[in-house]
Amino acid sequence: MGLDVVWAERWVRRTAEVVAEAKDELTELDRQIGDGDHGENLHRGFQAVVAKLDEPDAAERTEVGDVLKLVATTLMSKVGGASGPLYGTAFLRAAKRSARPEVDTSGVVVLLEAALEGVTSRGRAEPGEKTMVDALTPAVEAATAAAAAGQDPVEVLAAAADAAEAGARATVPMVATKGRASYLGERSAGHEDPGARSTALVLGAARDAALAGPDR
Amino acid sequence: MSVALLLVSHSARLADGTAELAHEMAPDVVVANAAGDVDGGLGTSLEKVTEALTDLLADGAAGVVVLADLGSAVLTVESALELDDDLPPRVRLASAPFVEGAVAAAVTAQQGAGLDAVVASAEGAVTSIGPRPVVELVEAGPSPDAGPAGTVVAGELVGTVGAPLRGSDVATARTVVRNPLGLHARPAALVARTAASFGIPVRIQGVDATSVLQLMALGTAAGTELEVTAQGPGAETAVATVVGLIDGGFGEA
Repeated sequence: MGLDVVWAERWVRRTAEVVAEAKDELTELDRQIGDGDHGENLHRGFQAVVAKLDEPDAAERTEVGDVLKLVATTLMSKVGGASGPLYGTAFLRAAKRSARPEVDTSGVVVLLEAALEGVTSRGRAEPGEKTMVDALTPAVEAATAAAAAGQDPVEVLAAAADAAEAGARATVPMVATKGRASYLGERSAGHEDPGARSTALVLGAARDAALAGPDR
Repeated sequence: MSVALLLVSHSARLADGTAELAHEMAPDVVVANAAGDVDGGLGTSLEKVTEALTDLLADGAAGVVVLADLGSAVLTVESALELDDDLPPRVRLASAPFVEGAVAAAVTAQQGAGLDAVVASAEGAVTSIGPRPVVELVEAGPSPDAGPAGTVVAGELVGTVGAPLRGSDVATARTVVRNPLGLHARPAALVARTAASFGIPVRIQGVDATSVLQLMALGTAAGTELEVTAQGPGAETAVATVVGLIDGGFGEA
């Protein structure tokens, strides 16, 4: 049972919802160790993506990658700061590796790996630097393990989302060495990284969208 | 048309000022801006970057060297290049300090250099914000044995001082700076362009005379004595021409 274009669109809409709900939380996290615009920026970006999805005369989207590419280009255009290009690149690389009507178990892993590769190469970041990578890396590892254990795509996504959640929480004691929070040095410890938090939200939305599918 | 520059900055005023500086030293090079976010505030915009690159190439630029000011400007440029496959072959993002890189790239582009050479000169500009070459200390100071005051610290000899020019085809002459401000931006650019036109190694006080930033880093002023050397065919003419420029005081003396 694969995840199709309907899932991908549902994922995007669900992300817009959870980001809207968490907007103030993200902004507060970013205010503590960044420049305080992450919640607002990401909210504006995903609202713009939904508006694009709703355009009546848009070209028909037949592949999962079509939806993810739309997310990528819209976020790159609409989201300021570093998070637009970083999320945009994650979705763009994922789009390139999901140019098919539906993704199966290994397809989900490939999609997540591509997103991680996009963020690490664009952001020149590694695990342990208190960034999005600290949520995305355990998510890829958990998805890989779940796929190897023979689980279905929805279970693989759920494993990834749980690991991203734990990874985001694990950024609390970290001292940032990448991104704007690194300017704070030791003072960045004790706060959850807003990029890692939003990454966990996006993957949680992917799981929610899969669980809400007709086959569940 | 020569290689063009695109300045991608969070601030339109920063980009405008940098373009003004580059234009002063390289009047024929096209320097475009993609600065500020779409609403005119501080930030960068993928659309602005993509549109500016596309326009420059459509207008016939041989290539475009991009200078970006802060982290997310770099990410925006990289995203633009990743989204449009037509751009990367003719566009290069320089890993260079914004202002120094723009000036160095513009002067090199003015000399008619290709994409690689323009990028290299922008990226070499980082030495201009390191320690200054201690040329005068090496030439005029006491020997390293003479004590702390005259000691030449090897670490301060930044990579701008090339190997000495030696051999029968080397021409050398000494002159004295006449204009009060010495080889500041405009005169340095003039000297660099002239030196580059001979196609042979030309040095002033040991530094590359085709590099506007290395010339500026010499920190010259009226009265500073300079040694000009060149090596190869036309070395005598090259040295005489450069010395003539310096002697002329750049219209400021």
